[in-house]
Amino acid sequence: MSFYARFIKKGTAAPWRRPFRIRRTRWERDESMRVGVLALQGDVSEHARMLTELGSQTVLVKRRPQLEGLQGLVIPGGESTTIGKLMREYNLLLPIRAMAQAGMPVFGTCAGLIVLAKEIEGASEAHLGLMDIGVNRNSFGRQRESFETDLEIFEIGTDLFPAVFIRAPHVTWVGDGVRVLAHYQDRVVAVRENNLLGLSFHPELTGDARLHQYFLSMVKESVKVFEG
Amino acid sequence: MAKIGTDIVKRGMAEMQKGGVIMDVVTAEQAKIAEAAGAVAVMALERVPSDIRAAGGVARMADPSLIESIMKSVSVPVMAKCRIGHIVEARVLESMGVDYIDESEVLTPADDKYHINKRDFTVPFVCGARNLGEALRRIVEGASMIRTKGEPGTGNIIEAVKHQRDMQAAIRRVQSMSEDELVAESKNLAAPFELLLEVHRTGKLPLVNFAAGGIATPADAALMMELGSDGVFVGSGIFKSDNPEKFARAIVQATTHFKDYVLIGEVSKGLVEFAMKGIELSTLKEEDRMANRGW
Repeated sequence: MSFYARFIKKGTAAPWRRPFRIRRTRWERDESMRVGVLALQGDVSEHARMLTELGSQTVLVKRRPQLEGLQGLVIPGGESTTIGKLMREYNLLLPIRAMAQAGMPVFGTCAGLIVLAKEIEGASEAHLGLMDIGVNRNSFGRQRESFETDLEIFEIGTDLFPAVFIRAPHVTWVGDGVRVLAHYQDRVVAVRENNLLGLSFHPELTGDARLHQYFLSMVKESVKVFEG
Repeated sequence: MAKIGTDIVKRGMAEMQKGGVIMDVVTAEQAKIAEAAGAVAVMALERVPSDIRAAGGVARMADPSLIESIMKSVSVPVMAKCRIGHIVEARVLESMGVDYIDESEVLTPADDKYHINKRDFTVPFVCGARNLGEALRRIVEGASMIRTKGEPGTGNIIEAVKHQRDMQAAIRRVQSMSEDELVAESKNLAAPFELLLEVHRTGKLPLVNFAAGGIATPADAALMMELGSDGVFVGSGIFKSDNPEKFARAIVQATTHFKDYVLIGEVSKGLVEFAMKGIELSTLKEEDRMANRGW
């Protein structure tokens, strides 16, 4: 039986003629999460691909107008100095900071974690300075020391998570409200503070989407809070 | 167990450079200017390509003390060039902790037949390519990042455009082929079938593809992004211009916002007349062409 034949048999109109159906698709579309990926520099497309595959509407953010209506924002891996500099150049720091303080979830990986941190060792100023943590850049060494490993992150289940560390930072201290999600050896490499999620490594480079899913569930929750 | 030097770690490093500008520098001061302007990495060199052209003679790996001083002065990754086929120069660079090695046609080749077996190394390599076949041969040897060869040190974008267009056109052609045609194409391109199959399925190279060789203005950089490059290398263009700080910043902005023509116009103001003079390619002798080095 073809898809459409089923409606004819029941004596109802085809889906596109039923007002209920149309309303419902519209409602679904509005409900789909609108998540931005900061696209100034770095591995933007990997994050965007993963978020899109998980069913969110993905927006590449290069300028202020693209921030409008976002329900979550990802700051990708890249060079933190470059990303921070370009964020200043295009006046993105203040609006993003304000949106995050109002509760919008922000997810930073590697350079993104550095951009989120309140204190950067060896640098005179922080970038967004939202998360109550300190970070040490390239703390595992230079590129030849970059590595991949499997991490225990109980927040997303008991299966190990494949983690790629590339000239990665680590978290040197955490404030009171910050929850540590994962360690590598003695170093803190994954943290969450309310609506902020930060990782030293690159979940976007592996096929494992659990951390992106976890972030999207944070987004879904924050949207609920806003509307309810 | 932590694993170092795997494909994902080496190629991932190049992914982090996407959308950025990698600048040639010859001193620690220049490296700092490049970093402050927003470069995602610097390439440590003894001489920029246009000076190599002017000086003639044999161009080799830069002095280790120079590379070291540049590594100490910046927090962004530092790349360095070794001669094509010069395994020991590459090993020396690796032992110094250089973040990326460019097995480069800009230097005088050390081996007329073979490129370095880059799979043996923990440090990732970037290699130049003129077309899809050359890119895939480098990938088989273990390169983790590809860039167009262009014609370095000329300030003339035509060769880089040609190489990028050739590569993209070949990718589109391969995408539409059937498997039996791919076998024949593998012979034509002198490239391995398995990699060709991957390109056929995904419609892109399996790693990052930058543009290099002849980028002299912000508009040149934006043009290469428009043609599908993941980022750009700028060699002689920046520090051969009259106002390197401004020039470097302008090129970074034009690369990030390569479709924002108002902005590119804005940042180009007062720069174009200071851009390097450049060389018209028809006046360049065949033996002076760097792009023909390597195979």
